[in-house]
Amino acid sequence: MKKLAIIATKGTLDWAYPPYILASTAAALGYEVQIFFTFYGLQLVRKDTSCLKVSPLGNPGMPMKMPFGPKWFRGINWNIPNIIQANIPGFETLATALMKQTIANNGVATIADLREMCQEAEVKFLACQMTVELFGFEHSDFIDGIDYVGAASFFEFAGESDICLYI
Amino acid sequence: MNFDKELDASGLNCPLPILRTKKALAELTAGQVLKVIATDPGSVKDMQAFAKQTGNELLSSTQEGGKYQFFMKKK
Repeated sequence: MKKLAIIATKGTLDWAYPPYILASTAAALGYEVQIFFTFYGLQLVRKDTSCLKVSPLGNPGMPMKMPFGPKWFRGINWNIPNIIQANIPGFETLATALMKQTIANNGVATIADLREMCQEAEVKFLACQMTVELFGFEHSDFIDGIDYVGAASFFEFAGESDICLYI
Repeated sequence: MNFDKELDASGLNCPLPILRTKKALAELTAGQVLKVIATDPGSVKDMQAFAKQTGNELLSSTQEGGKYQFFMKKK
């Protein structure tokens, strides 16, 4: 059986997708998969996924398009200068709400759903105990079924993996 | 073509059609055929790749009116 090892280090809604999409797909293809959540990646295994947000601030790669209205309106890329984005309270929350609507419109799964599919497919979740403590989290903040380990435990699996991704 | 189970993955995007296909195949026995309907254009190549890597046989892959239709025989 092929093995995929993923290190998930990012804690935003957009960066939550690559680890869960790749892990669930690899599991469907018959891979044995482990994800090691560390630093901001710990946000991806919190019970409440509403902590995951997306910020267009300082992210020139992110199109700002509206998920509603007629087609011509949806096609507009709202080029809002960083200085304005940074000064509007709740801009991140607004951008996150728009992104979630876009996700739903496109038939893309929610993070909670993808995560559940990973667990159903027996993807193993490891969380970095050091960063759990560093950021002041409790194990009760996270979903069940996680092993709290250190880097050495990750290498036990990663060292024998066919593919190892740092996301 | 005859089939034993049908899966409608219309409106779903990557990687859901593949994940649902995997799940639906798990409910069949070896040699049975699953029919999958999808609207994701990426699913055409993905179904081929899925079949190749899992050993299930993709019997046919067709397109009709914006919908893709696959017949997959379980290994």
